[in-house]
Amino acid sequence: MKLIDPRLSIIEKRLENIKRIIPVASGKGGVGKSTVSAFLALLLKEKNYKVGLLDLDLYGPSLHIFLNNSHSFPKEEYGLIPVNINNIDFMSIIYFTQNKPLIMRGKELTDTLIEIFTITRWNPLDFLIIDMPPGMGEILLDLIRLINRLEFLIVTNSTRIAMETVEKLINFLKEQNIPILGLIENMKIGDQDFVREKCNSLGIPYIGNISFYDNLENYYGNYNEIINSPISKEISQIVNFFA
Amino acid sequence: MHEWALAEGVVNTALEIAQNKNLRRVKTILLKVGEIQQIDLEVFDFALKELSKDTILEKAEIKYENFPAYLSCNVCGYKWSFYETFNKLNEEEKEAIHFVPETIHVYIKCPKCGSHDFEITEGRGVFIEDVL
Ligand SMILES: Nc1ncnc2c1ncn2[C@@H]1O[C@H](COP(=O)(O)OP(=O)(O)O)[C@@H](O)[C@H]1O
Ligand SMILES: [Mg+2]
Ligand SMILES: [Zn+2]
Repeated sequence: MKLIDPRLSIIEKRLENIKRIIPVASGKGGVGKSTVSAFLALLLKEKNYKVGLLDLDLYGPSLHIFLNNSHSFPKEEYGLIPVNINNIDFMSIIYFTQNKPLIMRGKELTDTLIEIFTITRWNPLDFLIIDMPPGMGEILLDLIRLINRLEFLIVTNSTRIAMETVEKLINFLKEQNIPILGLIENMKIGDQDFVREKCNSLGIPYIGNISFYDNLENYYGNYNEIINSPISKEISQIVNFFA
Repeated sequence: MHEWALAEGVVNTALEIAQNKNLRRVKTILLKVGEIQQIDLEVFDFALKELSKDTILEKAEIKYENFPAYLSCNVCGYKWSFYETFNKLNEEEKEAIHFVPETIHVYIKCPKCGSHDFEITEGRGVFIEDVL
């Protein structure tokens, strides 16, 4: 008999008390996946949903900056209980790396992802928001392979350069029959409609756009400032789209 | 307490295998336990027994085969045993590796060239070898 990985059978069970699982993906880097993930989690929580937030950008985790938390450690209890930050259940590789570079290849990315899902014991959630890395490598493919009820939220900016890659991700997901909630155009500049038109031709909902905010990073880490910031007002429109 | 999370996976998977093999009772479960994950076998064994209660695994003998871990540098080709470098780690680092073995790349580097780009060739985690 071939050696069998005992972790694979437990992943579905770990997620059984989560109603909706939403990976925020793009294919492209720097378009605002993490920003959108964080705001989404916060604003859903403001609507009294139970929200989990998982940073799967293993090479470049960043949500801990947004949440201003990197020195806690998940509580040990038959596995690990995510860190509760302002009532959002948060899990990140940052808790294991002391913010040092974690370099690894191929199969090791897969193993890290499987291990995180095996050890993390989520509280019951309405939403688990997953901040995805750029690219269409192991993390995307393993997530799709291991979890069968994902609803992807796609983020792009207003450039053709970004859309060139984003379109490939959308086509890939469509070909695999994986649900796509729709697309968000972040850091909207100009008034051209080509992203919206692209969504129409690809047959996916254009959920809305988020403007470019000059001083966005000043808000990070300060919960009240984030909630009252103009970008929150804009993103709450988007939240209304699916909750 | 990672042992409980893994034990749950082992019990689930062993039950699936037993079912596929049409076993009425499981007599033996063969496990391979890699060194890197630093499993506390006493806790692990206790967890497995607890979780097996009232299942066809209940009276099974669980055999553990520990296997040492080896690392192989992707840059210079040097091969070494995990044990050699493991002793230099502090408790916090060991714990991180216990939870997510791949974080070994953060805390250990090739003794010869200093690279963190190496491969775990053997001994990462827990596997089921057979259910009889
Ligand atoms: N709407 C926006 N207005 C201004 N800056 C933004 C906006 N969205 C994201 N940013 C900034 O752009 C950078 C990249 O965003 P990030 O969310 O990290 O992208 P990704 O996760 O896709 O790589 C960050 O510095 C972030 O603060
Ligand atoms: Mg990001
Ligand atoms: Zn080397």
